[in-house]
Amino acid sequence: MSRRKTERLLGLVVCLLSSERYLTALQIRAAVPGYPESFEAFKRMFERDKEELRELGIPLETGSNSPLDEEAGYRIPRQAYVLPEIRLEPDEAAVLSLAAGVWRRAELAGAAAGALLKLRAAGVDAEETPQPGIEPRLQAGEAAFGPLWQAVRDRRPVAFAYRAAGRSEPQQRHLEPWGVVNRHGRWYVAGHDRDRDAVRVFRLSRIEGPVEFSGPAGSVTVPDGVDVRETVREWDTQPPPQRAAVLRVRQGAGHGIRRYATSVRPDGAGWDLVETPFSDVAWFAEHLASFGRSVVVAEPADLREAVITQLKGALA
Amino acid sequence: MTAPGPAPRTSTARLQRLLALVPYVVSRKVAGVAETAAAFGISERELVDDLNLLWCVELRSPDPYCPIDLSYEGGEIEVSQAELMDRPLRLAVDEASALLVALRMLAEVGQAAAVPGLAEGSALSRTIAKLEAAAGEAAAPSAQVAVQVDKIVQQAVLDQLRDALARGRRVHLTYYVPGRDEATERDVDPMRLLVVEGRTYLEGWCWRAEAVRLFRLDRVLGLAVLPVAAEVPPDAEPKDLDQGLFRPSPGDLHVVIELGPHGRWVAEYYPCEEVTELGDGRLRVELRTPDSRWVRRLALRLGENGRIIAPASLDEQVRGDAAAALAQYAPQVADQGGG
Repeated sequence: MSRRKTERLLGLVVCLLSSERYLTALQIRAAVPGYPESFEAFKRMFERDKEELRELGIPLETGSNSPLDEEAGYRIPRQAYVLPEIRLEPDEAAVLSLAAGVWRRAELAGAAAGALLKLRAAGVDAEETPQPGIEPRLQAGEAAFGPLWQAVRDRRPVAFAYRAAGRSEPQQRHLEPWGVVNRHGRWYVAGHDRDRDAVRVFRLSRIEGPVEFSGPAGSVTVPDGVDVRETVREWDTQPPPQRAAVLRVRQGAGHGIRRYATSVRPDGAGWDLVETPFSDVAWFAEHLASFGRSVVVAEPADLREAVITQLKGALA
Repeated sequence: MTAPGPAPRTSTARLQRLLALVPYVVSRKVAGVAETAAAFGISERELVDDLNLLWCVELRSPDPYCPIDLSYEGGEIEVSQAELMDRPLRLAVDEASALLVALRMLAEVGQAAAVPGLAEGSALSRTIAKLEAAAGEAAAPSAQVAVQVDKIVQQAVLDQLRDALARGRRVHLTYYVPGRDEATERDVDPMRLLVVEGRTYLEGWCWRAEAVRLFRLDRVLGLAVLPVAAEVPPDAEPKDLDQGLFRPSPGDLHVVIELGPHGRWVAEYYPCEEVTELGDGRLRVELRTPDSRWVRRLALRLGENGRIIAPASLDEQVRGDAAAALAQYAPQVADQGGG
């Protein structure tokens, strides 16, 4: 941005903050240096400037000083502009620095840095301090995060192409998003699916192409009592282990199975007999097949058949 | 109506900085030029340029008026007049949310693992409360974003590692490598503990690999703190996690796999160099790995939903693996056949 424009915008902010009364566009032009002579050119520039201030979060109000005023005026109420007093103890400021680092280069990193800047400006000294010994990080996530966060924030419905697991073609989905949740390191969006007329959870990595806003801001209502974390948790939680498998596992191998075993006992030279719980036959069969000749299923029969089918599939 | 991308840095960034600069100095009464430039992440020259710009702001009407008066002689900034600009702008929704979501994530970490400093009732909860109060209405949407952290099963392992880090000790790990289905023994000099993608990792210098390695705590089968001082080589660099947890190195094997619709998850779970749609939901992925055994296990897991295209020798090995595994079922299959 040119220096002239920065000066003009800064002057505009100071001018609107300085007056408790609404100032008309003409009063503003007279006070703030840098606007062009031509009224039309001024109007266009002023419109853009107002937009830029609002995008920065500056509460620019429109109104009039009396019902008799025909022309609307503008002001920035100081009350709405200023960050309320905030004082942080050194240990609190340390936690704040740690939090600001969580996003790193992920989506809200710029916003975190902007917040830190304002808090520093309010007198908070957020110094780099000794870590509490553990550094949490959020990874730069999927492209859909940015627009979905905006949609959740502004309560706007969205549309996107989504490829559900195992589907050959993506489908167009229409969602009233309620919230975005990171679980096991993966991002999900939960909300009301307009096509299904039901609550649905979508994994952001399966969204293909752009996320589009399909309605105005404020047109989504999150029902009372909804906890998006719970919604995603319920959707994601696997049924608890219900069945027991008996496996022959080569000694020195199959650690990924032994860790969850309920019993392990020797079964002839070089082999152990391992009992372990499982719930989903298809998933567990794939898991067991990945151990190759180190694991043989003794029972149940359907699990054994599933592993045999899986291995034949790899041979096909 | 495509969602807009992030705002261009050009126009708004400097104005934001200028609006924060005056209150930064005012709240400290006097601020050093060098220290202020560092706090704002700009050069001293840029800072002086900002200060000159602020000093030049004038309003012409009703009477000519300079709202800001300041000086920066002798490397010390002082603001003598700034009645309208002495407080920072309130937090925007994105700003409040970025910090609150991160703070609540820290609280999750504190719950998932007993970490002094992140426990309930600590500085963390006080900071969250103060920030919520300061953000006001802007804090509300942050409740719609949540980060869950997996419960740490091995609290004892975490405690031992924190102890080793604090005392600068080497540790011995029995570490499970799922890609090879192996329990490995190794000495590691701990560098730091990380929570990334919901999981807790130890980063350290591995004397077996002679390189910096990440170890998932839930794969640590055994751990002993050794009575030996850790000696992380001075040139050991922490991994740049922003580039992803696992980065291929030039010597890695190049693998091409074709996936059916039920094998597409591979592209989501593993960092692929190339992903090509083949139609009908089929996908070709190209990835690099230092360890072919991992790919062989992946291929067995995929079964008919995936096929290694290159290297061809690897596909042959997988068929060999599958045949050897199937052979162990042969007597039983024969028994059933015999009735």
